[in-house]
Amino acid sequence: MSAVIVEHITKTFNKGKIKALDNVSFSVQEGELFGLIGPDGAGKTSLFRILTTLWLADSGKAEVKGLDVVQDYKAIRKRIGYMPGKFSLYQDLTVEENLSFFATLFNTTIRENYDLVKDIYVQLEPFKDRKAGKLSGGMKQKLALCCALIHKPDVLFLDEPTTGVDPVSRKEFWEMLRRLQSRITIIVSTPYMDEATLCDRIALMQDGRIMQLDTPEGIVRSFNDTLLSIRGNDMFGLIGAIRALPEISGCYAFGESLHVRFPADAWTETGLRSALEQFSGLVIEPITPGIEDCFMALIEPHAAH
Amino acid sequence: MQHTEQVIQAVNLTKRFGEFTAVDHINFTVHQGEVFGFLGANGAGKTTAMKMLIGISTPTEGSATVAGFDIATQSESVKQRIGYMSQKFSLYEDIPVMENIRFFGGIYGLRSKELKTKAAALLETLEMGSHAKTLVRDLPLGWKQKLAFSLAIIHEPKIVFLDEPTGGVDPITRRKFWELIYAAAARGITVFVTTHYMDEAEYCNRISIMVDGRIAAMDTPANLKTQFQSTSIDAIFTQLARGAQRSGD
Repeated sequence: MSAVIVEHITKTFNKGKIKALDNVSFSVQEGELFGLIGPDGAGKTSLFRILTTLWLADSGKAEVKGLDVVQDYKAIRKRIGYMPGKFSLYQDLTVEENLSFFATLFNTTIRENYDLVKDIYVQLEPFKDRKAGKLSGGMKQKLALCCALIHKPDVLFLDEPTTGVDPVSRKEFWEMLRRLQSRITIIVSTPYMDEATLCDRIALMQDGRIMQLDTPEGIVRSFNDTLLSIRGNDMFGLIGAIRALPEISGCYAFGESLHVRFPADAWTETGLRSALEQFSGLVIEPITPGIEDCFMALIEPHAAH
Repeated sequence: MQHTEQVIQAVNLTKRFGEFTAVDHINFTVHQGEVFGFLGANGAGKTTAMKMLIGISTPTEGSATVAGFDIATQSESVKQRIGYMSQKFSLYEDIPVMENIRFFGGIYGLRSKELKTKAAALLETLEMGSHAKTLVRDLPLGWKQKLAFSLAIIHEPKIVFLDEPTGGVDPITRRKFWELIYAAAARGITVFVTTHYMDEAEYCNRISIMVDGRIAAMDTPANLKTQFQSTSIDAIFTQLARGAQRSGD
């Protein structure tokens, strides 16, 4: 059964001038960890606001646990947890007061559902009397997750929970999600492409549309171009020189090397090597694309500016 | 690069808030034209250190010079020779592009004739000529970032400080932003940058990694990988940051 079904959802602003969501359709299975991957402005937050019954779509239809987001909004609100991108807990209440407030709102107690939040809450317990506003970024995020979980929702919506968080805290957050996932359906959005591989399935989004939807492996498999890693002593010069070559579809820095994409067989390694012979220390290696390479290949035609 | 002018020199730079030592005796030097990556987990002390370097917070102990001036006693001279851009604050959203350019050019002390030429050149380079009258809030995020960076260096500072400049944009826009950084460095502008993207750390000439207010590692990305016998900066960062005693902002 599908936990979430989205059919042809469109949402516009400014009298139709801005299309936040453009005919978006997908479904999420029970127990799935589903990722919406894309930059700011892709439409991730709009989608969350519609699915959590906070906004109305211009057109289209959506269901959460078989309930309609417009007709059955009250019933949906009882069964979902939502962690917005912006920290939305009460800054003047302590850690414990926030959690018990959210439990009470849903007619439950911390004790009743403690097993679901236990793993996360034990890390917060030493600070339970601290005001939420005085917590560090990583701790705020853990408290927000606890508050979104305390009523044992069937579906959890997490809007960019790791934005602005350092890489180590991001990894810890994802480990928590993976542990929760066996018990709950999770839809999570992120601008960090490296987090995509931690999801069961992902939708790559840009400008209000889903460009591709598949498992992370499936998305990588559908990458049809050839991808090479190239490095040399003058990386900045190398970028310009490679982009000036014919039939190069993309050339961008990836850590210590450049990822160079072109239609299969447009270039051979030897051919490239001689075209770039003025550069010293040249290392050219074929590589398997990551999700970020796939995302960039999908948006390249639109990336004019 | 080792023989060029030193643009930042920090000696035992320290900041305490009551009992808490946010920045704990850090020492480093940044050379002219260098792209220096300043990494650390949330709460490691990066922002506090950066605030001292840009002259808006006074060290409790130790000292630093930026662009040849002492950050504690000559902070106004420091401020005239640096540029600053952060993700949180960079441009005024409610006024048009052109007015932002004039405002920033003005506070950086550009004369009106100079400013006119610079503004025109800037709009042309950024391909934003048709958007001079557009409110900044109506620009795509990637354009805002490029504009904010260009304005942070409109007065050709010795050094520009970038505090997580690339958050939230798509991977191509993020890389194009780094190409602007390279171009500025090639013109001799020193770049001091913080980021949570570990692949961006690799684009820096040198990086430092802060843990608990101290600099736990500092070198070129290649040397750090040799030193830590690791294939990525991400792995080194994780190893060092997991050893941290404190957490938080």
